[in-house]
Formats: sequence, structure tokens, C-alpha cells
Amino acid sequence: MTASGDTARRTAERVARESYGRLVAYLAARTRDVAGAEDALADAFASALQTWSINGVPDVPDAWLLTVARRRLTDAARRRQTQAAGKAHLQLMADELDDAARQHDDIPDRRLALMFACAHPQVERGMRAPLILQTILGLTAQDIAAAFLISPATMGQRLVRAKTRLKEACIAFAIPERVDLPDRLDAVLEAIYAAYTKGWAEIDGTGAPLADEAIWLGRLVVSLLPDEPEAKGMLALMLYTEARRRARRDSTGFYVPLEQQDIALWDDWQIDLAEVLLNEANACGPSGRYQIEAAIQSAHVARRRLGAQTWPAIVALYTHLGTLTGSPVVTLNRAVALAELDGPEAALAILDGLSDDRRMADYQPYWAARAHLAARAGRHADAHAALTLAIGLATDDAVRHYLLAQRAALRAD
Amino acid sequence: MQYLLLIHHDDEALAKAPPSLWAEYAAFNAALAKSGVGTPGLRLEHASKGRSITRRTSAVEILDGPYADTKEQFAGYLLLDVPDVDTAVQWAIRCPSAHYGTIEVRPLWAMAPA
Repeated sequence: MTASGDTARRTAERVARESYGRLVAYLAARTRDVAGAEDALADAFASALQTWSINGVPDVPDAWLLTVARRRLTDAARRRQTQAAGKAHLQLMADELDDAARQHDDIPDRRLALMFACAHPQVERGMRAPLILQTILGLTAQDIAAAFLISPATMGQRLVRAKTRLKEACIAFAIPERVDLPDRLDAVLEAIYAAYTKGWAEIDGTGAPLADEAIWLGRLVVSLLPDEPEAKGMLALMLYTEARRRARRDSTGFYVPLEQQDIALWDDWQIDLAEVLLNEANACGPSGRYQIEAAIQSAHVARRRLGAQTWPAIVALYTHLGTLTGSPVVTLNRAVALAELDGPEAALAILDGLSDDRRMADYQPYWAARAHLAARAGRHADAHAALTLAIGLATDDAVRHYLLAQRAALRAD
Repeated sequence: MQYLLLIHHDDEALAKAPPSLWAEYAAFNAALAKSGVGTPGLRLEHASKGRSITRRTSAVEILDGPYADTKEQFAGYLLLDVPDVDTAVQWAIRCPSAHYGTIEVRPLWAMAPA
């Protein structure tokens, strides 16, 4: 495909997706029937991707999609004349589409309400992110499954079950009341961030596109809830980490740790946008988890780019984050940062305190950090044992090979 | 929950494995022991050294080697005690053999309490 053909396809994809998510949300908000809304629009979405990349994007994409969906729906209704229940349902959908098509200039954006429904406490936690990816973006179970380590068939079944749950539990497709908003928004952000981390973990393969999708969803939430600092904080956090994607591997695919990354490979545009978002978020008052994590990223950027001494700030931010979350993972990260100020022995003492935590036994970063600190402290036997565990627990090949090389170097010392 | 990880090796792929494979296996076994979810698995001799027996037609039939002639052959297994299938899958992904064949993750039949 030529470069311009590729651009046309991407534009078509983006616009079609905007319309698709908006129309699914609009229809589902009225019927609570996500599956029905998706069925009505699925074909229209597929032909939009084809037609628009050749003929260009229509002036009113929503109306175009609705017209095609309406035509498909009528055809389907004719074919299924005998199925009375199906017919009633299709008639309802057709009415919905007619209503929507008439007011296509101003179809209300209900995507936020749909996201809140997908991340409702009644929906199984692990299914919230896949549900949002499917309903808002139109991704297939196949697209989503691999990143969540589930077979496509099982993912498909779970998505169907989750949609049935939305309908049967009478979950409201609405933006929660002010008092409930922070908690419910947390669930939405958590789902989007979960999708991002799945995409981040994998450098190539299915990972990168999923990370893009999560960032797109983050932007959508920020545009729909511009006054929520945590939404901006989360988007900033995703952009800071995404900006380093290319620098995380060298030209031979070898893992490159943050300290050795070539900052010329960092994406300045994403970092600048993240800084703006983080500043806006911070101006709104007390910070939540995502803003603090984004601030830590910002401090790392300043340190590597400008040589600024930001380790004290990083340690302080981790301390604050630890009081908010009580997470052993935060304690671990704080210890690693502290080593830069107080030396590896001080950090190892903190890690010793974590070693009774069952969750650390198979937590790969714990053993990788322990190995790194022990090697710096000259404790070679300890470093070797920790490296062995970190190698055994690694799921990423590049990381495993990096650690094998580290262990070989340790032996040579 | 107990899960059996059934390792099926592709002979051709395994023959091309780098020498570091066994170091990786040792690290995998160390991690398995440290986390307390299982002990190192058992490796089988090549399928060609086995026998397959059936009495489906009442007469005893004994075949040399594997029962079915498939590209991947059963090569060993691990027994894990983990909270859920996702954790079992995570271990299968870490298992070095996943690069040279397929790992089947099967929950053990849960006996009803007596």
C-alpha cells in the first residue's frame, strides 16, 4: 500500500471509529442492548472502512453509517420474517436508527455513559477493559484476546456474557452523580490503564496497537471530562511511557534499561503533550495516583534530558504514592530510587522487609531489582541467586536475554 | 486449584534450540520452587522409545512409539498448585519449552469431598 493510501485508510479508520462508538453508545443508552446496537452497526462499520479509504470520508459520517445500517437491518428483517421475537427487536432497532438519522446533525455523545456502564461495579473487573475496547472502538474479540492471554473463543463468550449482564442487571447508561463520580471514574480509568499496560508489556506483536487504542480512549475521556485531573494524569502517564517505546530495544531487539536509553529516540511530541496535561492536572488541587505516577515519569525525563538531580523528588513522590496505595510494588520502586541517594545497602534493607510478602515470591521486577542492587553492593552470590529467579520469572524474551547476559557478566567479574 | 502443564515438543524446533535453553530451564525451575507453586517437572524419553497399548478390540495391541503420528510429541509435564487458570497460563508462558512446541494447561479433575 502506498503512503497516501495508508494515510487515507488511517483517516477512514479514525473517523469511522469516532462515529461507530458514538452510534453504539447512542443506541445502547436507549435500549441497554449493546449487542443489538453493535449488530446493527457492524456491517456499516466494515463497509465504511472499505469505502471511505477509497472515496474519502463523507461530510456527515454518522449519517452515512446510519443509512447503511438501516438498509442492512431492513434486509435482515426480511430474511428473518418468521422469527417473531427477532422481528420485534429489529423493528425497535430500525426505529432507533430512524430517530437517530433524523437528528444526525446533533447526535448526543453518550460514549462516556457507555464507558461508565462498561466499568460498572456489577461488571466483572477483568472484563471492563475488553468491554470498553469492543463497544467504544469496535475491536473484535480476536483483536482483544491475545493481549489478555485468553483464547478468542473464550473472550467472545465472556464479552457476550458481560453484555447480557449489562442488560439484565439494568445498569444505567449514565454519567454518575457528583458524589459517586470519583470512584466510578477510577474504574473507567483503571480499565483503560489496564488495556495500556497489556499493550506496553509487549514491544512488538499485538502490544503496540493496543497501547495506541488505550491512549485514544484516554484522550476521549479527557475531552469528555475536561475538568477531571486524574483523567489528565492518566493520559499524561500513558504518553510519558509511550514516548520511550522505540528506545526500549536496540537495533538487534536487545532490551535497553531506562538509564541506557538513547533519549534522541524518545518521542518529544508525546512528552511535551504529557507535560502540558500534567501541569493542567496539578493546577486542580490534590493529586491522585495517576498524577503522582506521571510526575515520577516527568522527573525521570528531566533527569535524563537535562541532567537535573531529581532523585530526591522521585523518592518523595514514591513515599506519597505509598501512603495512598499501600502497595508493595510502590515500596519496591521507592527502594530502587532511594539507592541512588543512600546507596544499594539502604535499598536492600527495604527489600529484605518485603521478602516475607507472598506476592513478591513470583514478582519478576522484585528479583530483577534485588539482583541489580546486590551486584552494586558487591554481593555477588546474592545477585546471582536473584538473577536466576528473575530469569526464570521473565515472560519477555528480550528481558530474559538481557538478564542472562547480566548473569554471565557477573560470573566474569 | 491444581493444573497439569503438558509439554509437547516439536523435535525440529528443539534441535535448533541454543545451548542456553538448559540454563533457562534451571532458572525456570528455581523460580517455580521459590514461588512454592510446584516442583520441577518430569521429562520423558523420546516418544519413539515408548509403547502404546490398547484393548479396544479386546485383543491386546501393542504399538512401538507414539500412538499418533503428529509433529509435536508429548515430552514432559509439570504439576502446579495455583489460584486460577490465568496464573497457570503465566507459568506456561515462562516455561522455556513454549518456544519449541506447545504447552497444554489442564485443570485436574476435582474429586468431590468424601
